[in-house]
Amino acid sequence: MSTTTGLESNQVLLDRVARRRRRQRIEQAIVTWLLRVAALISILTTIGIVIILVAQSVGFFAEVSVWDFLTGTEWAPLFKPQKFGVLSLVGGTLLVAGIAGIVSLTLGLGAAIFLSEYAPEKLRRVLKPILEVLAGIPTVVYGYFALTFITPILQNVFGADRVIVFNALSAGLVMGLMIMPMVSTLSEDAMVAVPRSLRDAAYALGATRFEVATRVVIPAALSGIVASFILAISRAVGETMIVKIAAGATPNLTLNPLESIQTMTAYIVQVSLGETPQGSLEYKTIFAVGLLLFVMTLVMNIVGRWVISRFRQVYE
Amino acid sequence: MSSSKITTQNRQRSHNVRFWRVWRDRLFVFGFVMAIVVGILGLAALLFDVLIDGLPFLNLNFLSSYASRHPLESGILAPLAGTIWIVGLTALLTIPIGVGTAIYLEEFASKNRLNRLVELNIANLAGVPSVIYGLLGLAVFVQFLFNGSRNVTAGALTMTLLVLPIVVIASQEAIRAVPSSYRDAAFAMGANRWQVVKTVVLPQALPGMMSGIILALSRAIGESAPILIISSLVWVTFVPVSPDSKFTVLPLQIFNWISQPQHDFRGIAAAAIIVLLAVLLSMNGVAIWIRSKYQVRPEQ
Repeated sequence: MSTTTGLESNQVLLDRVARRRRRQRIEQAIVTWLLRVAALISILTTIGIVIILVAQSVGFFAEVSVWDFLTGTEWAPLFKPQKFGVLSLVGGTLLVAGIAGIVSLTLGLGAAIFLSEYAPEKLRRVLKPILEVLAGIPTVVYGYFALTFITPILQNVFGADRVIVFNALSAGLVMGLMIMPMVSTLSEDAMVAVPRSLRDAAYALGATRFEVATRVVIPAALSGIVASFILAISRAVGETMIVKIAAGATPNLTLNPLESIQTMTAYIVQVSLGETPQGSLEYKTIFAVGLLLFVMTLVMNIVGRWVISRFRQVYE
Repeated sequence: MSSSKITTQNRQRSHNVRFWRVWRDRLFVFGFVMAIVVGILGLAALLFDVLIDGLPFLNLNFLSSYASRHPLESGILAPLAGTIWIVGLTALLTIPIGVGTAIYLEEFASKNRLNRLVELNIANLAGVPSVIYGLLGLAVFVQFLFNGSRNVTAGALTMTLLVLPIVVIASQEAIRAVPSSYRDAAFAMGANRWQVVKTVVLPQALPGMMSGIILALSRAIGESAPILIISSLVWVTFVPVSPDSKFTVLPLQIFNWISQPQHDFRGIAAAAIIVLLAVLLSMNGVAIWIRSKYQVRPEQ
């Protein structure tokens, strides 16, 4: 082989490398842009939600005053005379979410303490996935369970004349079961993060496991526990199918869990299933209720995450 | 003499205190165990309830026929096909967008204020109730994009937005778990950022992403509220043939049957629930299996 051809082939090689480099740079530039567009979609979703809810609600609040909406206690937009007091829907929502909160906090916190402080690793590995199955069951199935299993039990316990078929208690209990894994997983994560040395110090002073759990671990993990609870309640407030199936369709400002109620979500679904013409005042109500629901859950979620980040103890 | 009496008293008291503390400990262990037992019993009761009600109605005919006015002739062919359409289209849209967003945030984006806003925004979207997505889909996709047509594409687009945060967050975690030494090694060999992502980060993060994607898709299968708002039509007796067909999905059909007054419809609702749960639990099982199989990460 002569030197010239060697040099030429070197040149060819260099050209090829340069071309490949350029192709790779262009590929990277294109991909970067595509990825940026993908990330943009989530922003557009939020903007879309806010615009849709606000735009339709503005039309609603042009005809119904915000004050009447937020302070009225009677909700009857589909009957004459129409009444637009959203408090009865909010009350129903909070009643069910409150029941679900009590159930999920009791069960979830108990489960979290057992899993993090008592259970041997092997048992923990079996129990956790079983509990997490609860979180993966569709809400329509929970609705069926509430209506066909829990409600008859409640009627047996409290008497069929006192318990209406569609009642807040049944929906709330089942919803509590549904969000229990959320409370237990998040709380347990917070407890596991408490360092071994804190527990050992308490044990060395002669504390029992219960004392270690309640006086050392829970205070140290409190922010995570509180946050898990707030996020779970927010989930309960936004839950739709269980309450639509099992809690009834009667807007009702009551504290009696054996009565029929209607939640904000159930109202939205009820109207969109009906024949309400698009653009009518009744149609706009679902966006006004949706806006209120959106704001409520957003505030709870922000507070929940703020609690986690603000009060998190950082251990070495 | 008196001092030894005091000591005995003290010993007695301290014994009592210890006795009480030990028993309180045992009592509460029982309570904590009961919390888990109640949760598991609840799950067992739910499955039992559904199986007892539904099994008598479950047969091949049930899977291959359409909904009917008569419970015993009803089947879930249309909702089953609709669910497959929704999941297929949602997967097609969610996987590239969700994984892309995660890659962008973890590997490409500088940690500036805008990108932190994107992350915060995704965390917030994950907490937005599903009915709100239904309202968004109704207004944007059904009424604006498809001019009032309540078709399967509108449903899939809405589901995509709903489950996107799940995919993004799971993918971000999977990407973060890839040791940075792997990236450094690839950079040191002259790879550019996209090459590092394509050849090093993605293959390593794939199992974690897969389990997130499967969980997101099983959420899309089980979710009914947004579909209920988008396709208020729940009486479908045909299989969707194109992306602009009308459709129903399994949870929606179940809801429809639960709402019927005749008692036998409850039975076929339960039978449809069995099918739905079988699909979902096996998907969850696969996700858990993937997670546990690949959970052991190489040394950092």
